[in-house]
Amino acid sequence: MKIKVFVTPKRNVLDPQGAAVGHALESLGLEGLRGARVGKVVELELEGPDSPQLRAKLDALCRDLLSNPVIEDYRYEIGA
Amino acid sequence: MNIAVLQFPGSNCDQDAFQLFAGGLGLPTRYVWHKDRALGEADLVVVPGGFSYGDYLRCGAIARFSPVMGAVREYAAAGGLVLGICNGFQILCEAGLLPGALIRNSSLEYRCMTCDLTVEDAGPGFNPRALGGRIRLPIGHGEGNYRIDEAGRARLVGNGQVLLRYAGNPNGSLDDIAGVRNEAGNVFGMMPHPDRAFERFHPSRDGLAVARAVLAARFPGMILKTA
Repeated sequence: MKIKVFVTPKRNVLDPQGAAVGHALESLGLEGLRGARVGKVVELELEGPDSPQLRAKLDALCRDLLSNPVIEDYRYEIGA
Repeated sequence: MNIAVLQFPGSNCDQDAFQLFAGGLGLPTRYVWHKDRALGEADLVVVPGGFSYGDYLRCGAIARFSPVMGAVREYAAAGGLVLGICNGFQILCEAGLLPGALIRNSSLEYRCMTCDLTVEDAGPGFNPRALGGRIRLPIGHGEGNYRIDEAGRARLVGNGQVLLRYAGNPNGSLDDIAGVRNEAGNVFGMMPHPDRAFERFHPSRDGLAVARAVLAARFPGMILKTA
């Protein structure tokens, strides 16, 4: 089972990296840019089935380690 | 008086912090390795600067789960004094021992310079009367941009938890905040380096007063000579 965790800066938190990337995209000719946010993706490979217990554990780990809830949001996708 | 300086893989200001307290203030000081689960007797725990665990994931995010941090958490909960400098500040924020978080400098540049700082009234010991209204300390960081939500900011100001503000903001920190303490007044964190400001050849010697001010939060009236 493959799990992709997406960690992104919260909407109301300044994202200096996203702003710089946005400026670069505009200077390369991207028109109409309304915003750019830079986050990270954590890819996990796990044995065993999807279950509510697994998701509860993943949520706890995302809150404790993979994201900092003060400044970041997370979501994950569970695939085959 | 017994000072414990933590060492994580990637700490690089552990010896500076050691020397500030051992050499600068002449206090018994020792290192505590991050794998130790006990601190031993300590009157102050210093979480030093550096790049613990390579700053992977987020600065301080992995160090926060080191075995020694369980002991630091218990020690702080019991009222023990803790000082986090630079990466140490980041670790204490990640651990939830201090409010807020530190993100990438707004310039995206690593800033290495000596900063003018205004001293806030953060309670007995740490205030402009003890330290003077303005001090100078070096900084060296890429992620020192302090962030906290509006409710948290109001609590910091209302409780006098802001220690230091930048006179010229080098990193984009909200309200120029350079250092904060917890509500109870026993956990201190700052991006500027008192551990790089105590020798005669340093850009200032204000680090000595900062170290004394932190100790005074728990040990008022203690007289420390400059070694």
